[in-house]
This record gives sequence, C-alpha cells and structure tokens, in this order.
Amino acid sequence: MAGVTGETRVTGEASGPPRAGTVPARAAMLKRVLVAPLDAFVRSRALKPAVFLLALTPLLSLVHLLLTGGLGANPIEELTHRTGELGLRFLLLGLLVTPLRFAIGRTWPVKLRRMLGLFAFLYVLLHVTVWSVLDQQLDLAAMWADLIERPYILAGFVGFAILVPLAATSTQRIARRMKRRWFALHRLVYIAAAAAVVHFAWLAKGDRVEPYVYLGILMALLLARFARLLKSA
Amino acid sequence: MRDWMKAAGIRSSEITDRALFERRRTLIRASLATGVGGLIGGASLPVRAKALSMPVGESRWTTEEELTSMDTATSYNNFYELGTDKADPQRNADALVTDPWSVTVEGACNRPGTFTLEDILAPHAIEERVYRLRCVEAWSMVIPWNGFALADLLKRFEPTGNAKYVAFETVVQDGMPGIRRPVLDWPYREGLRMDEAMHPLAFMAIGIYGDEMPNQNGAPLRLVLPWKYGYKSIKSIVKIRFQEDRPETSWNLSAPNEYGFYSNVNPDVSHPRWSQAKERRLAGEAGGLAALFRSKIETRFMNGYADDVASLYDGMDLAKFH
Repeated sequence: MAGVTGETRVTGEASGPPRAGTVPARAAMLKRVLVAPLDAFVRSRALKPAVFLLALTPLLSLVHLLLTGGLGANPIEELTHRTGELGLRFLLLGLLVTPLRFAIGRTWPVKLRRMLGLFAFLYVLLHVTVWSVLDQQLDLAAMWADLIERPYILAGFVGFAILVPLAATSTQRIARRMKRRWFALHRLVYIAAAAAVVHFAWLAKGDRVEPYVYLGILMALLLARFARLLKSA
Repeated sequence: MRDWMKAAGIRSSEITDRALFERRRTLIRASLATGVGGLIGGASLPVRAKALSMPVGESRWTTEEELTSMDTATSYNNFYELGTDKADPQRNADALVTDPWSVTVEGACNRPGTFTLEDILAPHAIEERVYRLRCVEAWSMVIPWNGFALADLLKRFEPTGNAKYVAFETVVQDGMPGIRRPVLDWPYREGLRMDEAMHPLAFMAIGIYGDEMPNQNGAPLRLVLPWKYGYKSIKSIVKIRFQEDRPETSWNLSAPNEYGFYSNVNPDVSHPRWSQAKERRLAGEAGGLAALFRSKIETRFMNGYADDVASLYDGMDLAKFH
C-alpha cells in the first residue's frame, strides 16, 4: 500500500530514518514493536522456561479434568487417548525443529529440541503407565498376550521402547562421550514417530481422519528433513 | 396363529387385552410427556422410582446389576452421523430432527406402507426392560429401556414366507455433521435373520429411564439387541424391509474381516485388533478418581443372554459366523 506521500522506496537503501507513513516506515515500526522483542525473547534465557511451562500446561489440564470428572464416562479410555496424542504431538514438534531452523535461517529452535523430546517421552510414559496400570491393571499375562497378538500394541511398544534410550542419553555430557554414536542412536526417533502414527492408525475404528492427519504431518516433516539431504548430495 | 409366530414363542395369551393396553397407553403417554425434564441433571434422579410408572417387562430379562447413570448413557455415545467423538452426539443432538417422522415398511410382507411415528407406536403397550448393552469397543452399560418387543411390531406387517431376513435403515439428514465424510457408507444399515428379529428378547425402544429417547441415543425409535454388539442396535429407524437375501450391514461393509453379520457377543472370538474377553462396565459413579481403579469385568457369552438365544445358533460355527 503506498504511503501518504505516494512514494514507495526499497528498504535498506535509505540513509537515515524512513519518511513517516511510507511502506518502509510501517515495516520498521512492525519490526520495532513485534519482531525485535520476539527476537530478543527467543535469544534470551527466558525461552526455555517459557516453553517448559507451555509444554506442562496440557498435563496440568488433564489432572484438573481428572479431578473434576471432566474426562467423561470412560475416563481411563479418555486419559489413554489424550496422553498418547500429546506424546505424538510433541514427537512431531521435535521433528519440526530442523526444518524450521533452515526455513527461518535461525538457530534458536535447536535449543528447544531436547526439551520437546523429553516432554514427548513424558507423555508417552504416562500413556503406557495409564494403559498398563489402570486399563490392564498390571495383568502381565493379558498384557503379553496383547503385545504378541495385537499388531497395533506392538507398534506402540516399539515406539515407546525406542524413546527410552533416547531419553536416557539426552544429557550433553553423555552426548559428548558418545560422539558419532549419539547421532546414530538419536536418528531412531524417526522410527519411533512412524511407529506412533501406525499405532494410532491401526487402533482407530472406521474411517477416522485424525491418524491420517498425523501421517501427513510426519511425511511432510520427513520430506523437509531429507529434501535438504538430497539437495546437498 | 401363524407358524412363525409359534416358532417365535409368542403365545396368544401374551397379546394384551385391548382395554388394558389402552389404559396403559394413556398412562405411559402422560409419564413420557412429563419426563423430558429428567434429561437435565438426570444423574441424581431416582431412576427406579420413575420407571415404576410403567409396567416392567418379564423379570427374566431385567437384570439387577448396577445401572449406568442417565448422564453417562446420554453423553457417551457412538452415533457417527452426529460426529465421531463420544461427546459429539450429545453436543450435536439438535442436528437430528425427529418431528415429523415416518417409517417405510416394504418387501416381502402383506401390509407394506409408509407410517407416521404415531401409527407405528399406537397399538403397543410400553414396558421397561433393563438390558445390558455391550459395545464392540469393549465397554458396556446397563440401561432401563422403554419400548416393546420387536416381534409385536413386525407381525403387524404380515411378513410372507419369503421373508428370511429383515433389514433396517437409519435416517440421513442434511444437518448431520458426520455424513459429510464417508466414515461409514451412509445410510447406516443393519439386519437380522427373521428368527432373531422375532425372538422375544429383541426390543424396539422409544425411551430410556422413563423419558423420551434422547436424540443422541437414536430417537425416536431404535433396536436393542442385548446379546449382540451394540452396533447391531440400530438407531433412528426410517426403513424396515423384509427380504430373502442377507441384508448389507454398515460395519460389515466397512471392515468385513472385523465385523460380521451376526455380531453375537463372544469372549472367545477376538476382534482382529483387540481381545473381547473383558469389558469396561460404565455403571455407577462415572467421574472422579474411583472410576480409574475399577477393574474390567469378564465378558459373558452372548452377553449373558445365552440361555435365551443360544439355541438360535445351534450347529453354527460361531468363529466363522461372527
């Protein structure tokens, strides 16, 4: 939109502040009011605590719903479903980090990846705990039978099993000690994410849309990740 | 008396004296008319007291197990036309329009036609039966249904000898959010073998807990087949067809290896993706922490109605014909 004076100038060339009301003036104001503070925030030490609190909110919400009967008539089923879906979402958020980093040309997302991964592990651990303790009531024979007879449970278990060593080796110190092997191990997260999506798709009844939405997101993220690899090859 | 009526075990003595059922009908209508208010905050209502305003069906079919609260029964539903989440049918209940309502009866019978809901319901005395309902997803409820034997309805249309099966269809209305996607192949269809349909246990329900049937539970009329998985108990019926061939059924069409025609509750025949040996009974106190620690219960053969209906399947391979 042309400025009041009718002038349009290409930003970045001018010397001195842009004339009031012009396009570059508006861009500069936006930058000052919105972009610059956000930029300062993501580079500050406040980023990780803020994201930590945000990531904890769904858990607090679940506890609240649980205590107030807000989980409906079948709370165990609802709890199992929601913790599982949260685990899957955090897994996918973690996989979003690298594509995002290259898309915006900034490195701050990388600072969040470990936290997102650990939250994914937290929610998946809750999911497995709710299933084994509340749903299956620690009936080991029944759980084993389910594991070997129901492919969707096996897929879920594979996903969970992969996340355990990833969570265990998530500290910087261990990463430094393992060096290249750490990267090789942590690449298994792609398999964990795929197993989670398959687990969800296989348990849905009828032609439900949600599992395929997650599948689409996973494929897009994998494509974004490996497209870079192919381009640089 | 026709052969198939005898075969279904209908005794002429069971056919109610007209004066008696006229009186009952007035009483039931009155109680149903005042009952709508019970839908709001229904959990605290003395359900038994309400139900006593109408005759109770044969006691051998009314279970003494703990009832599911009306709140639970009307807020946790599978009625995909109104949305696929359990809370959706109640949330979108208004999308179902139940007035006016008509039911078309066609096929191998002597008295086909299209009938208003009033014509369908008029001759029947309403009774209460407390049936267990077991969903294929491995949860179950205990619900006091209000209605009448399906056999009493079907025999009015005089099915001929060619009627080996009876097919049912659910309504499809433009306002229903769930029909925009082919989650199932709409309209929802179900069917029964003729002897199953004429069995006294098969129930046509028009209300629950002494109230009119809520939309999310399949208003204004639906089947209750307590020995089969819940999806056989088709909701919001608009079509009944007597036919020679086995009817198409929606879940069977959607996944033939998972959902058969008979769908009799059977703990020994697993769903391909999960076990049917146990179920979660949604009864008593729904919310709160106590519900988290209740165990699942063992699923019973034919949902505990084997004494009544197992003979219908004598000699059948129940794993093959699931």
